[in-house]
Amino acid sequence: MGMIEGIMLTIITAATPLLIAALGELVAERSGVLNLGVEGMMAVGAVCGFAVAFETGEPVLGFLAAIAGGIIMAALFGVVTLIFVANQVASGLALTLFGLGLSGMLGSAYVGRPGVGMGNLDIPVLSDLPLVGALVFGLDPITYVAAALAVAVWWFLFRSRGGLVLRAVGDSHASAHALGYNVIGVRFMAVLFGGACAGLAGGYLSLVYTPQWAQDMTNGRGWIALALVVFATWLPGRVVLGALIFGAVSILQLHAQARDVAVASQFLSMLPYLTTIVVLVIISRNRLLLRVNTPACLGQPFVPDR
Amino acid sequence: MKRAITACGAVLALALAAGTATAEDKLKVCFVYVGPHNDGGWSEGHEHGREMLQEALNDKVESSYVENVAEGPDAERAIERLARSGCGLIFTTSFGFMDPTIAAAEKFPDVKFEHATGYKTADNVTSYNARFYQGRYIIGQIAAKISEAGVAGYIASFPIPEVVMGINAFMLGAQSVNPDFQVKIVWINTWFDPAKEADAAKALFDQGADIITQHTDSPAPLQIAEERGLHAFGQAFDQIEFAPNAQLTAIIDNWGPYYIERAQAVLNGTWETQSTWYGLKEGLVVMAPYTNMPDDVKAEAQATEAAITNGELHPFKGPIFNQAGEQVIGEGENLDDGTLLGMNWYVQGIDDQLPQ
Repeated sequence: MGMIEGIMLTIITAATPLLIAALGELVAERSGVLNLGVEGMMAVGAVCGFAVAFETGEPVLGFLAAIAGGIIMAALFGVVTLIFVANQVASGLALTLFGLGLSGMLGSAYVGRPGVGMGNLDIPVLSDLPLVGALVFGLDPITYVAAALAVAVWWFLFRSRGGLVLRAVGDSHASAHALGYNVIGVRFMAVLFGGACAGLAGGYLSLVYTPQWAQDMTNGRGWIALALVVFATWLPGRVVLGALIFGAVSILQLHAQARDVAVASQFLSMLPYLTTIVVLVIISRNRLLLRVNTPACLGQPFVPDR
Repeated sequence: MKRAITACGAVLALALAAGTATAEDKLKVCFVYVGPHNDGGWSEGHEHGREMLQEALNDKVESSYVENVAEGPDAERAIERLARSGCGLIFTTSFGFMDPTIAAAEKFPDVKFEHATGYKTADNVTSYNARFYQGRYIIGQIAAKISEAGVAGYIASFPIPEVVMGINAFMLGAQSVNPDFQVKIVWINTWFDPAKEADAAKALFDQGADIITQHTDSPAPLQIAEERGLHAFGQAFDQIEFAPNAQLTAIIDNWGPYYIERAQAVLNGTWETQSTWYGLKEGLVVMAPYTNMPDDVKAEAQATEAAITNGELHPFKGPIFNQAGEQVIGEGENLDDGTLLGMNWYVQGIDDQLPQ
């Protein structure tokens, strides 16, 4: 494997969990729900995925469990904020803390155990093509899922009737309600989708990225996914771009260090955050577009009047 | 309010009474961990030590731990609570517990305190640490013998003396085999982030290293080495399960013998303040079985381990030169412990700039 190929593969791997989690959160936020619990849902997804794959030896079952774990956590959030109309910011923060603690407890028996990993695709002939072989046909299966997910989310939001309804609910829940749409129902589904994605992203960490479980192994990636959504102005294409930039800079700075580029390593460690924010802010500086794309009811509770 | 205070006082008195009652029966030995007791790394190493202590002195000692104690003011409260509840000997097992331990020790002169990896002591506070650099010298030698590229990758956490010392020891070991050996260093500014450690391992391999070592806590780099069919070394634990074909050996933290020795000293009434820095000789640092290497490399590694253990070989024996080519210590002398504990410079041959 050539160096360039190796670098590209590593960048894609680094971007994938961020992309998956961010796409889920994007859908939830487009419906008007701000769920700050991404980190917690990811952690629970990671531990559920690891545990089930470990017990059954089947990574596919692990991923299903990771998704289920994320959905259960999201459902909890949905019940609290949508049905009991609790404050979304506080509930989201609580969900993160709860998820990190719960995952530690659930996973205590699995610390220090080698996990069941999921290998990369290996299609005869195609995966062995020079240059593009490994990059296009030799990735791990979840990366393809992530790419498909990005297209699907874009198509759903901007090309389907369901997406139009979801965006309407996020932009003006009162109008959507007056038109006869089930605001709470739509938001609940969006939150569950966000949970499923966060769970899958967590499972990616504990099954593909590093097949192992350790407490706090998500290490802030949920927060980065959250930030990506905002800086990408709630557009799926920009989320993909942001995730790739973040992945690229965080990998390239390691290479720079290995080549002994004379820049402080602390600065290089900071660079991924800085670059991603700067790039996304620059491409999103059109005020009008920003206003159009920001869900107007983001974070606002909705109580249907009778 | 007044009633609350009285109630608190009563509870306190009860706790005190309960504390003294048990203390008379058995020596209460308490541990403070910075992470969960089963973190698969640093804290778990101390937990294994505690279990060994409990097993060895089961009829004389009653041990317990508090976990997830944050470094800072919370630590002082946690330590004081233990002291108040009748602990006779308290081990605080993270660098950041140093000042809280000293502060708590002033208030409880009759309780014995032991702080790991720091440098401050008091009448009732001992500091203890392990000479991990001895193991790093051995793995440096192995790396230079196994590597075909003559290039190793080193995943480093923070530029503190403990880590710099490890890099230097590794390099000196490697240079004793191959004077032109190269090491590529990547600082990731964290002790524990499996994904980031994996990224660093991949970057080092992609940049031409064919063997890696780490001063971070997760087995992720070993998993990457396994995946690539290359080699790496375990950290803190024997991590062979994670990399059955890639792990060459591991530097294992083995605190148990020290904990037994110190609890026994309290029981015998011979406990005294000291600064302990034990290594291979005392069994605090242990090498995992040498695997996945030719027999001659294994034999030499064992010979080096024996030489360090019996004192014939000091990894930091002179002459040693720094990066600027200045001689730090001459032939026939060894670097003293003070210099090692404050190490903030690289030895000659390391092609990297130390972050300041």
